[in-house]
Amino acid sequence: MASILAVDDSASMRQMVSFTLKGAGYQVREATDGVEALEIAKTETFDLVLTDVNMPNMNGIELVKNLRQQDNYKFTPMLMLTTESAGDMKMQGKAAGATGWIVKPFNPDQLLSTIKRVLG
Amino acid sequence: MSVDLSQFHQVFFEESFEGLDVMESELLEMDPADVDDETVNNIFRAAHSIKGGAGTFGFMPISEFTHVVETLLDEIRGGKREMQAEYVDLFLQSVDCIRGMLTDMQGGNEPESARPAELRGQFERILGMEPAERSEVPEETAGDDAGGWLINVKPHPGLLMTGNEPFRMFREVRDLVGEEHFFAEADVSQVPEFTSLSPEECVLTWTLRVTKNVPLDDIKVIFEWVEDDCDLEYLPLGGDTDVASVSEEPEPELASAAPVIATPAKAAPADKAQKTQKKPSAEGSSIRVSIDKVDSLINMVGELVITQSMLGQLGQEFDLSRLAKLREGLSQLEQNTRELQESVMKIRMMPISFAFSRFPRLVRDLGNQLGKKVLLETIGEQTELDKTVMEKISDPLVHLVRNSMDHGLETTEKRIAAGKSEEGTITLNAYHQGGNIVIEIADDGAGLNEDKILQKAVEKGLVPESTHLTPEEIHQLIFLPGFSTADAVSDISGRGVGMDVVRRNIQALNGTIEVKSHRGVGSTFTIRLPLTLAILDGQLVKVCNETYIFPLVSIVESIQIQPSALNHVTGSQYVMQLRDEYIPIVRLDTIFGLREKDDHNEEMMLVVVEGDNEKIGIVVDDLLGQQQVVIKSLEQNYRKVSGISGATILGDGTVALIIDISSIGRNIVPVKRHQTRSERAA
Amino acid sequence: MEELKNENVVLSGDQAGEQQYLTFIMSGEEYGVDILAVQEIRGWEEPTLIPNSPGYIRGVINLRGTIVPIMDLRLRFGLREAGYTATTVVIILKFDGNNGERVMGIVVDAVSDVYTIADEDTRKPPELTEDDNSDFIKGLVNVNEKMVILLDVEELLRLNTDFVQESFTQSEQ
Repeated sequence: MASILAVDDSASMRQMVSFTLKGAGYQVREATDGVEALEIAKTETFDLVLTDVNMPNMNGIELVKNLRQQDNYKFTPMLMLTTESAGDMKMQGKAAGATGWIVKPFNPDQLLSTIKRVLG
Repeated sequence: MSVDLSQFHQVFFEESFEGLDVMESELLEMDPADVDDETVNNIFRAAHSIKGGAGTFGFMPISEFTHVVETLLDEIRGGKREMQAEYVDLFLQSVDCIRGMLTDMQGGNEPESARPAELRGQFERILGMEPAERSEVPEETAGDDAGGWLINVKPHPGLLMTGNEPFRMFREVRDLVGEEHFFAEADVSQVPEFTSLSPEECVLTWTLRVTKNVPLDDIKVIFEWVEDDCDLEYLPLGGDTDVASVSEEPEPELASAAPVIATPAKAAPADKAQKTQKKPSAEGSSIRVSIDKVDSLINMVGELVITQSMLGQLGQEFDLSRLAKLREGLSQLEQNTRELQESVMKIRMMPISFAFSRFPRLVRDLGNQLGKKVLLETIGEQTELDKTVMEKISDPLVHLVRNSMDHGLETTEKRIAAGKSEEGTITLNAYHQGGNIVIEIADDGAGLNEDKILQKAVEKGLVPESTHLTPEEIHQLIFLPGFSTADAVSDISGRGVGMDVVRRNIQALNGTIEVKSHRGVGSTFTIRLPLTLAILDGQLVKVCNETYIFPLVSIVESIQIQPSALNHVTGSQYVMQLRDEYIPIVRLDTIFGLREKDDHNEEMMLVVVEGDNEKIGIVVDDLLGQQQVVIKSLEQNYRKVSGISGATILGDGTVALIIDISSIGRNIVPVKRHQTRSERAA
Repeated sequence: MEELKNENVVLSGDQAGEQQYLTFIMSGEEYGVDILAVQEIRGWEEPTLIPNSPGYIRGVINLRGTIVPIMDLRLRFGLREAGYTATTVVIILKFDGNNGERVMGIVVDAVSDVYTIADEDTRKPPELTEDDNSDFIKGLVNVNEKMVILLDVEELLRLNTDFVQESFTQSEQ
């Protein structure tokens, strides 16, 4: 089954995302910020990266930018969890190499159907 | 697939409360004139997370309110606005407001709406926003009557590099309209010679034909992520409208396309919110434990297992020659057990900064209210104590700080007149001493006014007139029930709660409080508390072959006495003169109904303890050792027993009961009681 | 909930409508308690006295770290005291009530047998007197020509209502 790296500094969001994805049969690895995610991504590969934008230490945009430069993440889908208010965040995310975004708030069903668009 | 979101609520509440604490402390420390980016970022992130979580978990009022807070923060963060003192105040009020809403919703209640609405108005005025109405997503317009759509997709070469996959998007369009309404054609004319083909580039152009009338936005949303990586063209198929082509204009489209995914989310969490209301989440208390603590526990359990297997092996083939080995093993077991106990206790330990963190805000607000300039100093914030003790000491601490600010510190004018600095100082200091935590609340104010206190105490009949008391004794009077020094009950510290209540709360935690004061220099309240409620330093005593445990903290002294030293006052109530005071005497055997009749002729032990407000002497047969005991509940399988606070298990496996000093002390009066008891016992 | 019930029935008897009882002897009479409420059977050990408790509460013991009260059932039923010997038996009963789980030991003369008893064979106890012991009796049943008194464990372990809070705090008020 596909493996997903879920990055969010909020424990409740992380748990919700992780629980939903695991329930759908995905393998999930969690990270609390971009720095941790990058560390994990050095030793493991994932079929999808799902990251929050606003995080301490390294934000989601930096993370995507960093990952995209690595050879084994060239084509990996990377989705950002953004809020509807952050229009230019999406543009910045795209510029950094993000595949797309999921707009918060979302519910587990929306999360899964969006993920199906890039994995599946 | 359905996921029960309520299972994440507790985590959400906990992290949101933490986020609010971060916001609050950053705001309090901030100098509006000189704000660094990181501070604003921290505050913004906290607000952002609360908003996101609240939206996801269906707490819409919180999400909507936090949205305006976040918007202003975002403008400050983005440099569109300067931080101002006015904003800081508004943010602080918002923190309180969100905290209140969270508390309400955590309890399963609908949050209060007037306060958020009022604050929101202020934000909207600052932001220059129209008072927000909940915007309904506009109905899709063009193409309503179209018989279908023709979609031309010409991916740019770099499309694959974004992680997007044209086939997946096409499949989604197919799933949307159904297989029978979906037709796709590829234009291969752009494909280069095989030799120059780059596998990382997308070279095909596609035409999708959708023969079903679906809203255009539903299709657009599928291609939303690749709008900039493809040339996209949507053409209505054979509709009645004469719209020739709805061509893609990236700029405005982005704005209108974005909310589409958001739309269903708005409806779904609303349902959830109702559910939440019906079933209030049981507020299970939990603690966060650092991995270090858990790792050290696991190590210790590992050692315990090794010791256990060593002892087990020893037991299988034991003979006396291996006695030394057995002793060694047992002492190792003892050490493992003790270390394990300490580590487990450490899990419940939290730095007192959790309790101290509310004071900067409190002191700031109260200082404004009283018109006093106050500097708050905190020392030893990393000092750890048990979570339960911390929760229970929090209110008494607040009361003491309020008291110091209200009664202790002088007004600015008086301070200047007294040659002191304009700004008063309140110092909170915490440190460990022996097995206790000591918390000091000190002010550099006027100190206790002995004359006034004594006068008040006489007026209230708490001490007889013309009593001569030392200043220290007078200071103690403020802890008497019914004593209040404030001339008028003030809004600040005189909320009907006196120092006696503070003291009783602290005693309930097996702690003590004392005050030291110097006229004109200031007062210091010193609280001593056990580090945990689960363990007690006990003095073991023997009464009629039963072993009881006294909390060591309440014992003043133990002395050997002759029965003749006891004086009857009325009935069977004894008193005894101890140096210059008379103290009431309680016989444990009598009040516990242990002895048939009074057969005390020989020497006995008197344990002098400090009860609620006065000393009492408790007669026992013998003093045994002192040891730490683990407190067990007697109520769990039995019920509360007067005079007993709990039970413990001694080294030999038997149960010993722990004496509740305050409950025995409270029952000294009326005096006649013991007569009844001994008569009944006889 | 429905499933849970079914499982209980399976546990408590071979067929639906049956329950297993552990029986014990006191003063020549045989009493039975629902075997699912029996946690364990122990020998007598001297408990620690609880001040100002009713006489039939003999004190508390340490049951692997939990403080468990011991009730002398003879005294509870107003029978003659029998004294405690090495063969005196303590049955540890566990009841899951509204206020959580409650564990208590009862002192009896000797443990007798385990019977499977069909619900339909159980008769209601005759309402004889105002003797409050009848509250504890769930039913009567004949096993091998002998009468067995089935006890209601919940009633037996209920403490708060069956005696007035007798403590020195309140004795004077």
